[in-house]
Amino acid sequence: MTENNLPNSKLGSLQYDPAPESAAIAKLKSSYGLFINGKFTDPSKHEQFETINPATENQLATISQGSASDVDKAVKAARKAYDNVWSKTTGAERAKYLYRIARIIQERSRELAVVETLDNGKPIRESRDVDIPLAAAHFFYYAGWADKLEHAGFGNSPKPIGVAGQIIPWNFPLMMAAWKLAPALAAGNTCVLKPAETTPLSALILAEIIQQAGLPDGVVNIVTGDGATGSALVDHPGVDKIAFTGSTGVGRLIQQRVATSHKRLTLELGGKGANIVYEDAPIDEMIEGIIDGIFFNQGHVCCAGSRLLVQESIADDVLRRLVRRVEQLRVGDPMDKNTDIGAINSLEQLKRINELVAYGEQEGATRYTSSCELPKKGFWFAPTVFADVSQSHRIAREEIFGPVLSVLTFRTPEEAITKANNTNYGLACGVWSEKGSRTLWTAERLRAGVVWANTYNKFDPTSPFGGTRESGFGREGGKHGLEAYLNV
Amino acid sequence: MAKRLVIGSVISVSTAPLRLVTPEDHSVVIQTSSQVPRIESETELRSILATLSGVDSVGAEARVAKLATRSIKKSTKMAALDLAISMVDLTTLEGADTPGKVTSLCTKAMRPSPMDLSVPSVAAVCVYPDLVAHARSVLKGSPVAVAAVATAFPSGRASLMVKLMDVREAVANGADEIDMVIDRGAFLSGRIGQVYEEIVAVKQVCGKAHLKVILETGELVTYDNVRKASWIAMLAGADFIKTSTGKVPVAATQPVALVMLEAVRDFAEATGQIVGVKVAGGIRTSKDAIRYLVLVNETVGSTWMTPDLFRFGASSLLNDLLMQRLKQQRGTYIRPDEFSGD
Repeated sequence: MTENNLPNSKLGSLQYDPAPESAAIAKLKSSYGLFINGKFTDPSKHEQFETINPATENQLATISQGSASDVDKAVKAARKAYDNVWSKTTGAERAKYLYRIARIIQERSRELAVVETLDNGKPIRESRDVDIPLAAAHFFYYAGWADKLEHAGFGNSPKPIGVAGQIIPWNFPLMMAAWKLAPALAAGNTCVLKPAETTPLSALILAEIIQQAGLPDGVVNIVTGDGATGSALVDHPGVDKIAFTGSTGVGRLIQQRVATSHKRLTLELGGKGANIVYEDAPIDEMIEGIIDGIFFNQGHVCCAGSRLLVQESIADDVLRRLVRRVEQLRVGDPMDKNTDIGAINSLEQLKRINELVAYGEQEGATRYTSSCELPKKGFWFAPTVFADVSQSHRIAREEIFGPVLSVLTFRTPEEAITKANNTNYGLACGVWSEKGSRTLWTAERLRAGVVWANTYNKFDPTSPFGGTRESGFGREGGKHGLEAYLNV
Repeated sequence: MAKRLVIGSVISVSTAPLRLVTPEDHSVVIQTSSQVPRIESETELRSILATLSGVDSVGAEARVAKLATRSIKKSTKMAALDLAISMVDLTTLEGADTPGKVTSLCTKAMRPSPMDLSVPSVAAVCVYPDLVAHARSVLKGSPVAVAAVATAFPSGRASLMVKLMDVREAVANGADEIDMVIDRGAFLSGRIGQVYEEIVAVKQVCGKAHLKVILETGELVTYDNVRKASWIAMLAGADFIKTSTGKVPVAATQPVALVMLEAVRDFAEATGQIVGVKVAGGIRTSKDAIRYLVLVNETVGSTWMTPDLFRFGASSLLNDLLMQRLKQQRGTYIRPDEFSGD
C-alpha cells in the first residue's frame, strides 16, 4: 500500500484556464424604449436610467423609466387588444403564438443567456442550463393548455380575467417573465409586465421575440422602470389582476392597495426555507443538495434552503464536509463557464447581506467564509456558512437573500418539524433521508408550499410553485398555475 | 483484537471566528497513522459496511452532469491531455492476442508518439498472464509497468486455488501489477466475507506487485453496491479499486467513478491508507478522459492526480489523446492514419 507521507489532498488543484463566454453575443443596443402596443416607444417624460453589469459596474444600456401615463397607455393597449383580438382568438391559435415564442427563445438561447448573465451577475452556466431552458419550457407547457382549458378542472368553459398587471423580481428575470406571461396568455388574458429595475434587459429581448413571433399588438406590453412604475401599474383601475413576485414587504403594500378594488391578486414572496437532514441521509448527494439549496444563483432565490437543520448525531461531519465544499466553490467572473458563484445583483442587496451577516457575528454564531479571492470591481460576497445558530438569531429568522447559510441542529424528528415551521414564511423545505416513510412523515407536517425530498431547487413547468403565510398565495406552474388567470 | 474503524468522524471542526477557512484546512485529510483493521468475521465486515451512507442515484448523476459542463481549455487542456496519457494502462485482452501484437503495444506504450518525444509514456501495459513474460522483455529498462489480469479474468469463475495459481504465475513472469476480479456471484448473494477473504489471499500472493481489484460495477448494478464493494476491497488491502473488466456490456461510467472516488477519499480520511482508482472499459475519447480528471480534481484532489493513483484502462483512448494533443499544438486535426494502430 502507498506509504503515507503525503500531505492532505488539495481539492481543485488543477486550475482551469478562463473559459469566458463572449459578451458580444448579447448584441445589446445602447438604449431601449418601452414596449407598448407592439412597438418600442419613447417614455412620455423622456426619463431614462442605466442598467449596469453587477460583476464589473460597467453600464450595459440606457433603459426608459415608465411613468404613470406610460403605464396608462400600456394598460389601454392591453385592454384594446383583449377586447378586439385576444379574447376572440381561439385557444388553438393562442397556442401557436406560445409555441412560436418558446421556439424563438430556444433559437436565441445563447444570446439570452449572455444577456441574463451580464445584467444579473449570475454564472453563465446557470443562465444557460437553468434560466433560459426553463423559460422556454414554461411557454411550451402552457401552449399545450391553451386549447384544453375546459379540461383543466375549472368548469366547462373557464373565461380569462382580462388585463393582467405583472411585476417580477431581479433574481430570475426571464424565467419570472415566462412564469407570468405564459399561463396568462394561454388562459386568454393580455398583459402589462414590469421587469425589475436592475434587470430589465432580458424582458426587452423577450419583447423583440414577441414581435418576431407576430403576437398581435398590445397583447403583451413591457414597461420598464422603478418602484414608481410598478406602483402606477398596481393602482391602475384598468387592470383586472395583479401578479407579483418579490419581497414580503412590497407584497404586503400591494395587498393593501388592491384590497379596495376589483383586482385579483397572487403573491409569491420571500422565504426562509428549512433543509432538514436526517442522520441516514445519502451524505455526498446531501452535501451537494445543501450547496445547491443555498448557493444556487448566489442565494438570490426566494425558496433557498437558507436554514440547514441537521440531526445532531451527524452535525460535526456534515459541517466539516460542507465547509470543505464551500471552499471549493469557484467564485468570480459570471461569464466564465466554470464559475459556480457570480456577483451579487446590486449594491443595495450587498449592503443588506453585509448587515445581516454582521448581526450573525454579533449574535455569536460561528462564521465560516470561503477564502476565495473576490474581484476588485463589482458587487461580491464570499460564500458563507454560519454554525451554532439558534432559532432566536436574526440570521435564522430573516431572509438574507444571499450566499449565506445558517446551520441549526435537532435531535428528534418532532424537533425538526417544530424548528422548520417556526417562521413566518412557508415557501419551500427540503428533507434528506434514505427512509421513505420518515420523508413522508416529515413532508406532511411541514407548512410550506413546496417540499423537496433528497433534492433541492428543482423546478419544472408541470409542478405548481408557491407559498403559504408570508410567502404569499397563488400557484405558478402546472394546472394550478392556470387558476390564477381564469375567472373561476 | 481488531481495531475498530471509525468512519467520518476524523477531525472536529475548528470554531475560531471569521475567515478561518484556508485551503489547507479543507482539503481531503489524510491521517498519519495507519488504522486498517484486520476483519475477523463476516459479521464484523457487515457492521463496518452498515456505517456507510447510501448513495442517492439521482443526486450522484446530477453531480456528474454538472461537473461534465466544466470547460477545459488552452494550457489546462494540454496539461490534462498529458496527464491522461501518463495514466493510461494500454490494454489488449483478446483471445487472438499474439506476442507480435504485444510487442507493438509495448513499443507504443514507451513512446506513444514517435513524432513528438515530449509525449509522456503511458503508465502500464495490461495483458493476459501468458503474455506477461514477453511484455516484460520488450519493456525492459522502461518506466512502463506490466499489468496482468488474473484470477480467472474476466468472470472469476474458478476455485480460489486456481485463481491464486493464476496470480502466482503472473507475478513470477514479472508482472508489476495484478488486476484481479471479485467474485460477483458471492457479493450479490450476500457472501461478502468470501469476497473479502479472496482479496486478502490474492494480496498475499501478489508480494511486491500492486493489486488492483476489479469490482465489475456493471454487474453490481446499484451505486450502493459499488460503495460497499469498494470498501470491502480497500479493507482487504487493495492498492487500487477498478471499475470494470471491459468484458460486460456496462463498463466504467462517471457516476460509478464518482462513488468510488468518494469511497477512496473517505477511506483515506478514516484510515490514512491511500487507495487508487482505475476506470476501465468504454473510455475512448479525450473528452471523456478529461471529464474523469475533473471528477478526480474536484472529488479527491491533488494527491490522486498522478498515475500512481489514477488510471485509465483503455486501448483506443491513447490515439484520441494524441490526436487532441496535436490539435492543441497545430490548431487543426490530423488524419487518424498519422497514429499507429494496435
